[in-house]
Amino acid sequence: MLTTPSFEYLLLSPMLIILAAAVIGVLAEAFLDRNHLPVIQLFISVGAILLALIQIYRIKSSSSTSAAIGSVVIDKATIYLQGTILIIGLLALLLISDQEQFVAQASAIPGSREEQESTSKGSIQTEIYPLLSFALAGMMLFTCASDLITLFVALEVFSLPLYLLAGLSRRRRLLSQEAALKYFLLGAYSSAFFLFGAAFLYGISGSVYLVDISSAVSGGYGNDVFVLIGLIFISVGLLFKISAVPFHAWTPDVYQGAPTSVTAFMAAATKVAAFGAILRIFYVVFSPIANQWRPIISVIAIITMVFGSAVAIAQRDVKRMLAYSSIAHAGFILTAVLALNKSGLSAALFYLTTYGLSTLAAFGIITLIRDATGEVTDLNKWAGLGKKSPLIAGSFAFLLLSFAGIPLTSGFIGKFAIFSAAYETGNIAVVVFGVLSSALAAFFYIRVILLMFVAQSQNDSISIAIPSVKSRIAIGATTAATVILGLFPSLLLNITQSFSIFIK
Amino acid sequence: MSILTVMMLICVIGAGMLFFIPTAKTVLVKQISLAISILVALIGIYLVGSLDKTQSGMQFVEIRNWIPTFGINYSVGVDGISAVLILMSVLLVPIVLLATWNESENGRWSVRTFQILVLILEVFMIGVFAATDLFLFYVFFEAMLIPVYFLIAGYGSGERAAAAVKFLLYSLFGGLLMLAAIIGTYVIAGNQIGKTFDIEKLSTLQIDQTTQNLLFLGFFLAFAIKAPLWPFHTWLPDAARSATTGTSVLLVGVLDKVGTYGMIKFCLKLFPEASRYFTPWIIGLALVSIIYGAIVAIGQKDIRGLIAFTSISHFGFITMGIFAMTTQGMSGANLYMFNHAFSTAALFLIAGWMIARRKSANIADFGGLQRVTPVMAWSFFIAGLSSLALPGLASFVSEFLVLVGTFTRYPVAAVIGTIGIILAALYILIPVQRALHGQTLKSNENLSDLDIRERVAIAPVILLIILLGLFPKPILDLINPAAKTVITSNGFSDPVSKVKK
Repeated sequence: MLTTPSFEYLLLSPMLIILAAAVIGVLAEAFLDRNHLPVIQLFISVGAILLALIQIYRIKSSSSTSAAIGSVVIDKATIYLQGTILIIGLLALLLISDQEQFVAQASAIPGSREEQESTSKGSIQTEIYPLLSFALAGMMLFTCASDLITLFVALEVFSLPLYLLAGLSRRRRLLSQEAALKYFLLGAYSSAFFLFGAAFLYGISGSVYLVDISSAVSGGYGNDVFVLIGLIFISVGLLFKISAVPFHAWTPDVYQGAPTSVTAFMAAATKVAAFGAILRIFYVVFSPIANQWRPIISVIAIITMVFGSAVAIAQRDVKRMLAYSSIAHAGFILTAVLALNKSGLSAALFYLTTYGLSTLAAFGIITLIRDATGEVTDLNKWAGLGKKSPLIAGSFAFLLLSFAGIPLTSGFIGKFAIFSAAYETGNIAVVVFGVLSSALAAFFYIRVILLMFVAQSQNDSISIAIPSVKSRIAIGATTAATVILGLFPSLLLNITQSFSIFIK
Repeated sequence: MSILTVMMLICVIGAGMLFFIPTAKTVLVKQISLAISILVALIGIYLVGSLDKTQSGMQFVEIRNWIPTFGINYSVGVDGISAVLILMSVLLVPIVLLATWNESENGRWSVRTFQILVLILEVFMIGVFAATDLFLFYVFFEAMLIPVYFLIAGYGSGERAAAAVKFLLYSLFGGLLMLAAIIGTYVIAGNQIGKTFDIEKLSTLQIDQTTQNLLFLGFFLAFAIKAPLWPFHTWLPDAARSATTGTSVLLVGVLDKVGTYGMIKFCLKLFPEASRYFTPWIIGLALVSIIYGAIVAIGQKDIRGLIAFTSISHFGFITMGIFAMTTQGMSGANLYMFNHAFSTAALFLIAGWMIARRKSANIADFGGLQRVTPVMAWSFFIAGLSSLALPGLASFVSEFLVLVGTFTRYPVAAVIGTIGIILAALYILIPVQRALHGQTLKSNENLSDLDIRERVAIAPVILLIILLGLFPKPILDLINPAAKTVITSNGFSDPVSKVKK
């Protein structure tokens, strides 16, 4: 007897809409007039994201394990994560559509005449929009994939566009291309590790579905060593994406080289997607053997927090500094993975959202600080910014305080939620290290604040660009979210509480 | 709405109002913030006046849900101890604003920013003493650092940036250790009585000794850095040397009291067994602070450094009084906090005026001020005598109570503590002799005495020092019931005298 495969298109519709937008974007690239493309592409992407958000809202209380023939699990946590990714994508899109950060013609060799011509013609590489849509769709799929193959496909679907996007910076193109290549090569390695681990897990369970692997793991049959090998190698692939130490080496280079708005998107959205998958895998699949992996992940979390915070102190470039800070934050969120309880999951969801929004705002502000050659990321040149524009510098200072976890910011509530969840399950050492590295991290955040407000400015070459309406919306909304969620965290905490449910 | 909330709201609204006044209108800005701080001070006096002294529990209570997910409430209330400290804070702010009327003009930022920062700081100062929710306390405790940091870094002098960072990092480090301990307490509460941060409920927890010791240390280190006790004190002299006079007064007068207040409210209340366990060590630290602060103070060349080190010595006394675990010691420590704020404020303010006139902070550069500027010199002299606890002036009563309270339980410590009094005479009288008496240096001939504004600002402080020296009863009546509750409810009792009639 034949049964119709169950697809549940409604539940898949947010992802399908974004994928469709990506494909339409590619077609538009091929067939439409180049002069109108920027507007059309922006319209398609924004429209798709809004539609997808509406769909997310409509399915917000559904759940299913059988969508796309069981390759996808739609549960509360998935819906929350997908919504977060879409909102981050939307805000990042507003930053990205301020075009002058992107190369005029990506295929032109840096410094060549061809490049000069296309720059002076004012042409624009509008493929960034479909690429971004593909990345978004991949990330959304990554949070809900329930078999190893889908997980891997999603990983590649969101990684490949990011590799490309990282290389599209208009200025300092060689640095940007180097960053893209590094990201790609290391990313390829990590994918290989992931596949290797997946093969082992398939080997012990005879299935690619996470549910089967979970029961195989908890049933205790098969070979424990093989389980551990599979677990570790899969983790390497995932930890690479969240830039946990020792798989972080790409982060500072890529964050620095990529166009700043792309960095903003990567830093915010990739973390949400990758942690979505990590949380699912550890909470759903490997929780029965928590005793075996907890020490490993604990050590990684501690090293990540301490290393990220310590190395950030030595940075002279604001984008690199935020890169190391994002490494430290990955360590904090890993603490929530260790918690393995509902409050841990809720805390992680809260942290991912607030951190994502603050990060977007911070990078958005960086795009505004410029001199004759483009963005200024050298911290020494930021001296005296507080005098030039108290509002911008003040907002940036506030965001840094939020990263540092000072009370009355959303970052503090996030840290508190995560650490208390981890403490509940007895990971006290991790909490103590986390708290201490917060103190360490505060040092370099405060140094930047000091630089902006107290140090004498050495040159007057930098200026603060008047933000366009789009940037203004993006930066304003994200900064406001950091303020509001710091004062009234219950607005979001209640949501993350009710959405922190994984189903098998 | 509780009167405490009203006080905080007035400051917030005031700060918001200032935000909309053009930066250029500096006088208007100053007048408004002074008016607001006086208003809050009057409410503060009313608050203390209407406190029911017969009752030892919390009064003017207000509880609202803030973050129900974690059981966090916005809950405020005062007992005698916290009411007195709030009174101290709200009295100091207008005095500071008036006394340092022109100081904010030489800063990196506008006068308006200075006044806004001070008013925001006042909100946090009231909040930190009024909070009856541990989480809320922590929020105020940490948030306070930010305005102070900007006040030092933006309006101070000399190595102000470095001093501001040092202050902030020390405090943050301590604060984050406390956060770990708070989380620990919260999780234990979650297992035993449900998620809560209510201090009264938290004090009923059953915590085993080892855990209690660790949690206690988390809290105590934060408070010892804040207070500051030796060896966590090194940030204070730097900050005091670099900050403006007004900031120093608020820093040493109010912020540091949060440390000793925290020891009473949290260390003793939440972890009585651990407090008992660590008492000998803490008394030891307190003694070292008393002696060390005094000796280093004698050697100070910078007059602000001198006052900072005398404060370290005084905080040693306060801590010793707290951990003597006797009602006299506890009352004395609390009264000490109040008195110390005013005698130190007087010293700092007058020192600030001296420095502004002489353009030097070096004690050796003064001399013979008594003849040229009699009012300034006399005020400094009285404040100095109060600082060395001369009978008849405010600090004497409190220091005496602390020593008596300590003697009944730790006679040796009390005896060693008295050495601090002798040293105090040295560290105050030597600079007084050098700066005020003797030959008037040529460079000082033309110094002007205090003007009307400065006299109006310092008069209430001097008056308070003398009045409280003669009649400490009004404040002691407020403190005593609460102090007794702290001692008895934590299972301590006053030792019975062994001497028979």
